[in-house]
Formats: sequence, structure tokens, C-alpha cells
Amino acid sequence: MRSSKNCCEYEITVIDVRAALGTAELGHIVGLSLTVSLFGTVVAAAIGLPCGAAFAITRFPGRRLLILLANAFLGLPPVIVGLGLYLTLSRSGPLGALALLFTPGAMVLAQAVLALPIITALVHRAVEEPWREYGDALRVDGATRLRSIQMVLATARRPVITAVLAGFGRTISEVGAVLIVGGNIAGYTRTMTTAIALETSKGDLGLAIGLGFMLIGITIAVSATAFVLGGK
Amino acid sequence: MKLRQFFTIVSVTLTWLGSISAEAEESASQSIILASTTSVENSGLLAHILPAFTRETGITVHVLAQGTGQALQTAARDDADLVLVHDPEAEQKFITAGDGIDRRQIAWNDFIVVGPRSDPAHIAGGQDAVAALKAIADAQAPFVSRGDESGTDALEHRLWHVATIDPAKARGGSWYRDIGGGMGAALNTAQAMGAYTISDRGTWLSFGNKGDLTVLVEGDPRLLNRYDVILLNPAKHSVPKQALAKRFSQWLLSPEGQAVIGGYEVAGEQLFHPSAAAPR
Repeated sequence: MRSSKNCCEYEITVIDVRAALGTAELGHIVGLSLTVSLFGTVVAAAIGLPCGAAFAITRFPGRRLLILLANAFLGLPPVIVGLGLYLTLSRSGPLGALALLFTPGAMVLAQAVLALPIITALVHRAVEEPWREYGDALRVDGATRLRSIQMVLATARRPVITAVLAGFGRTISEVGAVLIVGGNIAGYTRTMTTAIALETSKGDLGLAIGLGFMLIGITIAVSATAFVLGGK
Repeated sequence: MKLRQFFTIVSVTLTWLGSISAEAEESASQSIILASTTSVENSGLLAHILPAFTRETGITVHVLAQGTGQALQTAARDDADLVLVHDPEAEQKFITAGDGIDRRQIAWNDFIVVGPRSDPAHIAGGQDAVAALKAIADAQAPFVSRGDESGTDALEHRLWHVATIDPAKARGGSWYRDIGGGMGAALNTAQAMGAYTISDRGTWLSFGNKGDLTVLVEGDPRLLNRYDVILLNPAKHSVPKQALAKRFSQWLLSPEGQAVIGGYEVAGEQLFHPSAAAPR
């Protein structure tokens, strides 16, 4: 046990992150975090938006099981996704020939897997209600399935944006999966979250906290931008 | 956001991704993956020496900082092009299993026993690491173990073995804390708990959160810490980048590489002693 008089030896000074890491390295870390998370989210949204909407407006065998899975995987542990992808993408694994392990591509894949159930499940919920209201009208108009999916996503625009942002939030803040499949390679696969974990382990707590503030700021900025653009 | 807008954004971003990965691929052809230990990465050694190598050869070295056990596993799975590690026994097994060839020592430093200044087990100033561990166990003083099969973890277990104390049995007690983490995590934990731990000299000197911790035991010949570079055995592995890996290994052993290693200092103290010419 530490006596209370020692408490103030642990004042942590948040240091100038840019000066400590250098503009080039910091720029790469921030750029990679944003790029990987945005791509992961975009890939997940490209699949999750139509799937979530289709779950609400169509009926097909296995649909309920897929909905159940999407909801169950809301809490998919990143470290399991990382491990599964690691074994799959390893040069001695089934997809080893792609040489994706320890590259940003593998990180995008991991992020997409993590964001997909979140976007799918939330879009499904968001679209159920408007479909109950307007579904019959669309059917009377003779709208095709694809057209119906477009219409219903447009109607539920705001909660759909929230679903995509929830997916983005998962990807930008995630550390377990990108650490395993990316390897936290300096100047190549190091993101803000893995850099924070690394600086903490080096005992450079001021730098870790500085990076943490930056990460939160970036997350807020991205969400606010999407909110403003989508809310119009 | 209309669906059409969304798909425009998707296609634009995918094009962007394509250009980025093409760029990455180009650089990947001249890059190798080095599976290494946290001690050479976190101490800043690799960040210090790699730019010189890349300048000279145009080869980028991607460093995976793992414990020695994990680094050897990564290489055995074919996911790295060479290893730089510090556990002689595990390295020998790796070579005997046919995974590695051409093991060469590049540098050495030493391990140290660190602990709180209050030193409840009274080990300060000693040179005998085994006696120090015995004293810690006798005093039931908190001790943080890496528990991650790293080189440092392996050394710690060898010392307990010599001391004829079985820390696995001691885990029921509250003093032996196996954290399953890297050197930095172990030092952070020891600092927070006022516990003893064993660290490599490089990580210790560059560690930024020492708090109340201080070096208590050093200078035991059993605390020698040797860093070896090992290439993958082409008889067992696909080794697509063996030529580049060999070039890096040779550079580490060259007078030039050795000089860069020896020139790395933190706060005026040399962290690694080059030893390619005279392995210890």
C-alpha cells in the first residue's frame, strides 16, 4: 500500500504529442487510424445497410437466424476476431497467399468484421418501423425490392446515420484486433489506439494521454461532421 | 444522405484504398518483417539503427515487438522473415526443430532486479540474483512476473529453478503476481504495487514511469542478456525474402551496424554492447 503523501509524485504532464513523435510519424498514425477505420466502416456499411434493410422488408429462410446472429455479434470480442483473422491470414493459414497479415488491409478487414453486425442490427431496427408505415404504399406503387430498400433507408436516414456512426465508433476505438492482425509496426500499421497502448507500456503516460485526447477529438469531429451532413 | 451519394462515397473511398494499397505493395517488395522482442523496440534501439540501414539499402524493416516466445512462434508460422531475440534455450529449440539457421549474436547487456526503495526483502547492493529471489520469497514481498514466455520471463524461471523455489506453487500466495504482459506493463505494475521485478537494462533505462522503483541487484554473471539474430531455414520455410533478410542480418554484424548499435545512448548511458566480433 502506498501512503497518501506519495499521491502527488504522480502528477502527469500531458506533453506536446507532435513534438514528442515528430510531425511525420504523428501524421502517419492519425492518418492510418482514420483511413483504416473509415474503410472498415464503409465496407461494413456497404454490406450492412442493404442487409439490415432486407431483413426488415423481405422474408426468406434463415432470416431470423441472421437477425439473431447480427444482434448476438454486437458484442463480438475484438481479440477473437483478431485471432481468427490472424490464423486465417497467416502465411501458413488458408488465405496466407494473399500476404495480408501485418498490413493495413488486414486491419480494414478486421474492422469491417467488427462493425458489420453493429450496422446491420441497428439498420434493421431503424427500418422496421417506417416499413410498417410505408411498406404497403410502396408495394401498391409496384416498387421493386431494390427501390424499396432505397426508399426505406432514405426515410430512416437519421437512425441509419447513427448506425453507421456506431460502427465507426467501434472501429476507431478498437485496439485488440488491429494489434493482432496489424502488428503495431512503426510507420506502417501503428494506429492511435495501438500507439497509446505502446506509450503506456513504455511508461510515457503523458504522451499516451496526449494521444488519447487527440483520438477523442478526432472521433468527435468525425461524428459531428456526419451528423451535420446527414441531418440536413 | 441519399443512397446514390452513399455509393459515390463508397466508390471514391475504394479507389483511394486501391491507390494506398498499391503504394504499400510497392514498398512491401523492398521490406522485411522482423519478429523481435519488446526490449529492443521499446528501448528505442531499433528506431535508432533502422533508418541507417534503410538509407544504405533502401530496404524497410517492419518490426513486430513481441516477447521472444511469441516472436519465434510468429517466425515458425512463416509470418516473419527473420528474428532478433534473447532467450538462448528457446532459440536452440527453434534451431533444433529445423525452423532457424545462422544464429549470430549482435549485442549484449544485462538484466537487473528492480524494486521499491523501501526494499522490504533487503536485497539492495547484492550481486547474487538467486540469493535476492530467495530473500524476496522468504519475505513474501510482492514480485511481478512477466509470465509471457519472453526472454526475460525465461531467465526469471531459470533463476527460480536454481533457487529451488517453484513460483507456480507460490501463486496461491499473494506475493507472486504473474501478469502475462510485456516488460513495460510489468514495470508499470511493479511501480504501482511497490513490487520487485526483473527487467532488461535497455527497457529499464528508457522507461518513463519509474516512480519509486530503483535498481537493487546487478552484476551477477547469470544476468547476462544476449541478443541473437536468426534467419529462417529454407528447408522448412518458404523464405520469399531470404536475400533481404540476410542483408539485414549481415548489416547488423558489420562494423558499421555494430557501431550504430554501440552508439545508442539514453541519458548518456550506452544500452547495448555490440558483440558480433566477440560473442559473450
